[in-house]
Amino acid sequence: MEARAPSGEIGRARPDARTRRFLAGCGRFTGDTRPVGALHACFLRSPHANARILKIDAQAARRAPGVEAVFLSDDLARACKSWRTVSTAFPGLVSPTQRPLAQDRVAFQGEPVALVVAESRALAEDAAELIEVEYEPLPAMADYRRGLEEDAPLAHPETGSNRAWSLDVATGDVEAAFAQAACVVEDEIVFSRHTGVPLEPRTILASFDPSAQRLEARISHQMPHQMQAHLADLLDLPMSRVRVVAADVGGGFGVKMHVYPEEIAVCAATRLLGRSVLFVADRVESMLSDVHAREHVVRARMAVSDEGRITAFDIDDLHGIGAYSVYPRSSTMETVMAIRAMGAPYRFEAYRARANVVFQNKAMTGQYRSVGHPIAATVTERLVDRAARALGVDPLAFRRANYVRPQDMPLVNPAGLRLLDLSHEACLDRMMALLDYEALRGEIEEGRASGRIIGLGFAAFVEMTASGTEVYGQAGVPVAAVDTVTLALEPDGSLKAAASVAEIGQGIGQGIAQILAEGVGVPVESVEVALGDTASAPHGGGAWSSRGAAIGGEAAWGAARKLRGAILEVAAALTQEAADALDIVAGGVVDASGRERMTLRALAETVHFRGHELPEGVQAQLAVAHSYRRERDAAIPTNGIQASLVEIDGDTGIIRCRKHWVVEDCGRVVNPLLVDGQIRGGVVQGLGAALFEECRYDGAGEFLSASLADYLLPMAFETPDIEIAHVETPYSGSVIGAKGAGECGTCAAAAAFLNAVNDAIAPQGASISATPVTPERVLRALGRINGEGAP
Amino acid sequence: MTVDFAQEARVRIETRVNGRTIRAEVPARLSLVEWLRDELGLTGSHVGCEHGVCGACTIVVDGSCLRGCLMFAAQADGCDVETIEGAVASGRLAALQEAFYRHAALQCGFCTSGMLLTAAELLARERNPGRQRIREELSGNYCRCTGYQSIVDAVEVAARAQQEENGS
Ligand code: FES
Ligand code: FES
Repeated sequence: MEARAPSGEIGRARPDARTRRFLAGCGRFTGDTRPVGALHACFLRSPHANARILKIDAQAARRAPGVEAVFLSDDLARACKSWRTVSTAFPGLVSPTQRPLAQDRVAFQGEPVALVVAESRALAEDAAELIEVEYEPLPAMADYRRGLEEDAPLAHPETGSNRAWSLDVATGDVEAAFAQAACVVEDEIVFSRHTGVPLEPRTILASFDPSAQRLEARISHQMPHQMQAHLADLLDLPMSRVRVVAADVGGGFGVKMHVYPEEIAVCAATRLLGRSVLFVADRVESMLSDVHAREHVVRARMAVSDEGRITAFDIDDLHGIGAYSVYPRSSTMETVMAIRAMGAPYRFEAYRARANVVFQNKAMTGQYRSVGHPIAATVTERLVDRAARALGVDPLAFRRANYVRPQDMPLVNPAGLRLLDLSHEACLDRMMALLDYEALRGEIEEGRASGRIIGLGFAAFVEMTASGTEVYGQAGVPVAAVDTVTLALEPDGSLKAAASVAEIGQGIGQGIAQILAEGVGVPVESVEVALGDTASAPHGGGAWSSRGAAIGGEAAWGAARKLRGAILEVAAALTQEAADALDIVAGGVVDASGRERMTLRALAETVHFRGHELPEGVQAQLAVAHSYRRERDAAIPTNGIQASLVEIDGDTGIIRCRKHWVVEDCGRVVNPLLVDGQIRGGVVQGLGAALFEECRYDGAGEFLSASLADYLLPMAFETPDIEIAHVETPYSGSVIGAKGAGECGTCAAAAAFLNAVNDAIAPQGASISATPVTPERVLRALGRINGEGAP
Repeated sequence: MTVDFAQEARVRIETRVNGRTIRAEVPARLSLVEWLRDELGLTGSHVGCEHGVCGACTIVVDGSCLRGCLMFAAQADGCDVETIEGAVASGRLAALQEAFYRHAALQCGFCTSGMLLTAAELLARERNPGRQRIREELSGNYCRCTGYQSIVDAVEVAARAQQEENGS
C-alpha cells in the first residue's frame, strides 16, 4: 500500500463548489427539464389497504380531453416483466411478485392501479378520476403486533402466514449469563414508522427512441447504474441501450435507492408510446408510496455481572415491513442491521436474538439513513442507562468500563460484527470536555431544584459504513460495491474526471475533487468531476452506505496517482530528467530543487496538439481509470458518542431539545465542513424521528399522515445547535483512511434524546420507551393525563 | 404544444415577472409556481409539497414572500412577481448567497431558493435578528438536509455584513 502525501487538499474545509448553482437559482433537478411534447403521468392509486380488483373500466378516461393513453396492468406487461425480491442472504424470504401496476389485488393504500398519460398533469388527474374500479375489500393487516397471531388477517391471502422472514442468532451461553447476573435490566421499546421525506419528490422523465431501441431515463435517484441494470432487465434491453441520468438530486436518504413500480411503469409507457413521459410524485403520493422504515417493537434484556460488566444481551425484535420486501435489496436489511449492531460499543460474551419480520397492508419499507442502527443504538443505550441507574453508577463511567477497547480489536463480537480501529474512550474523553460534564450536571441539578424538568442523555454508537462487495454479492443481488474513477488531463492542464459514486447533496463531488487535486498535485479549482450519468460515469455503486469517501475516494486516489505517474513519464521524456526526480506541485512539474520545469498546460498542449515533439517510443497515457474493491472487512465500523440536553414543559408535555453534541470517529476527514454538515443533517433526522415523525395508519390500513401538515418534520425553530468534535482513527485497510460519515448523525441521535427525556422524568419516577416522544406520551408518563391512548 | 386539449377555462393576465411585463392566458386552475416553472421556464422555484407547508416554492409578490403553490397564476394579474432568478440578478441576495456558500448552508439545494428569499425578507425588516429570531422566521421553510444550523449561521453572518455595509 502506497503512503499518502501528508498535507494538501485532503482534510481541508472547503465549501462545495457545486452549490454556487443552487444559490443562483440554477439547479438542474429532474423536473426542471421539459422536452417539447413530453407527456405527463398520473397514477390512480388504491383507496384500500387490501382488496381484490374485480373490474376496471377505463373507457371514459381514455376518451377524456388530452389523454394519450390509459394503461392497466396487462397493458404494461407487453413492455415489461414483473419482479420479486429474493436474496440468499435471507433464505426463506417470501415476497410476492410485484408489477408496475397492481393486477388482481392491491396490498396497500396508495398502490398504483392505473396509469394515465396525458398532455398535462392536470388533465391526467382529471382522467384518472373517471376510471371506475370495482374492489372487493379484504380485512387489512395493519397492526403488525398481531401479525403472527392465529386469526390475524393475512396481508397476502394467497400465503398462509404474514411471516416474511425470521432470524435466529445465538452465541455463547445466554442462559448462564442471565442466571449468574448480578443485575438484569429489560425494556420493551416501540419504534414508529417514519420516512425520509427528501424535499424533492421522486421524479422521472423517460424517453424511448423506437428507431434505435434506446431508453433514456432522467431520474432523481441515488444509484443511476443500479437503475440502468434493472431497467435493462425488466424492459429486456441491453444495458448499453439504457442511459440513466441522475442530475441534481434533491435529497435521497435511502428513499431513492429502490426500484419502484411507478418509475418502471413510466419507462414501460414511454416504450409503448415512443414519447417522453414525465412523472413527478406529489407530496401525498410520496408519503403513500416512498419507502417507510423502522416499525419495530423490541423486547430486550441485558445481564450485568457483579463487577459491573455487561455479559449478555437477549433480544426479541418484531419488524413490520409493509406489503412487499423492497426490490432489489430487501426490507429485511434493516432487520439484520438492527440485530447485528445491538450492544456494538461494548464487550459482552453471549448474545441471543430472534427477529420476526411480518408483512402488513402498508407501504413498503426499506433502507433509510443509518439502516437498522438507530434501533440497535436506542435499545442498547436504554439498557445501558437502566443498568447504570440500577447499579447507582454514573452512566458514562458504566459505558467506559464496558467499552470495546483498542486492545480488544480486531474483534468479531457475539452479534457477528467485525470491529476494528474504534476509539470509544477517546471519544468519551472528548465529549466530557466538550460539554464540561461536571458543570453541566451541576446546572441541571440547580434547574431541577427550582422545579424545571431537565435531562441529559448519552448514546455511544458503532455504525457500519461503506459496505463492501460481499454484502450483496454473496446474497446474489446485483448491486455494485466496486467504484471507479476515470481521469484525464485536458489540453489546458485541467483535469476531467468521472466517478461512479453519486451526488445527492452530500458533497461527494467536492470530496473526490479534493482527493484528485492532492493526488495529482493540482489546484482543486482545475478539477471537474462528472457524476450521475451512466453514459459518462463508469459502472459503480452510486450513493449508499456512506461509501463515497471510503470507496470512491480510494478509487480517486488510485486514478490520481496513475495520472500523476503518466504525466511525470512524459515530463521526464521532455526534460531529460528521471521521472522519480520530478514532482507535480500546484499544477506545475518541478524538479528536485523545487524549480518549475513546465506547467501541466504546456505539457498537455504538447501531448494533445504537438505529439510529434515527443521522443520516439513515448506514448503519453493522459487518460486513466482506477477501480477500487476493498479486499478486507465487509463494512468499515465507525464510532462515537452523542449527547442531548432536553427540557420538558410539564403542563403541555412539549419537549425542547436545547443542545446536542456529537463526537465521532469517521477516520480521515476529507472535508470537515461537509462532514459536519452530514452529521448535523443526520442528527436532525434522528431527532425528527424521536420527537415528531410518524407514518400513522388506522386499524383498516388507512394512511393518516399523508400531508406535511400531518407528518411533522423538524423545523428551524425546534432544532438545537449541534456541537461536533472529531477523533480521527484512520481506517487501517486503505490509503486515505476515510470511513463513512453520512449516517452516524442519525444512528444515535434518537437514542441520546430518549435517554435525555428519561433522565429528565426519572426524578418523577416516570419513564418512556416509545418514539416519537409526543406531548401526549410525556403527559401520560408524568401522570398528568390518564386513559386510553398510545403506548 | 399550443393545442388546447381540454378547452379549459382560461384567464387573461398581465403580470410583471422579474421586471418584465408578461401578457398571457393561463388555465384558471394553474398555480403561480407551475406557471412560472412550466410556461416561463423559471425553474429556480421548486415544488416540495403543493400544499403550502414546505416553502420550497417561495416567491415574492408585490414585495412579500409567499407560497407560489397556494396562489393561482390568474391571481397574479396586475401583480409584481419576483422569483429567485430575478432576485439573484438584482444583486440584492449577494451577501446571503456568499454566506450560504461559505457556511455550507445547503446540501441538495432544493430548499435554497425559498430560504434565500425568506432570509432576505427578514434582513430587510430587521437589521440585527438573533439566532432564535432567525430560527423562528425560517420555520416556514423546510430543509431536510442541513439540520438548519448552517443556514442560521449564514443568515447571522449576512446580517452582520449588511450592518457593516450600512456603516452602523
Ligand atoms: S410547494 Fe409550496 S409550500 Fe411546499
Ligand atoms: S439543502 Fe436539501 S432540503 Fe435544504
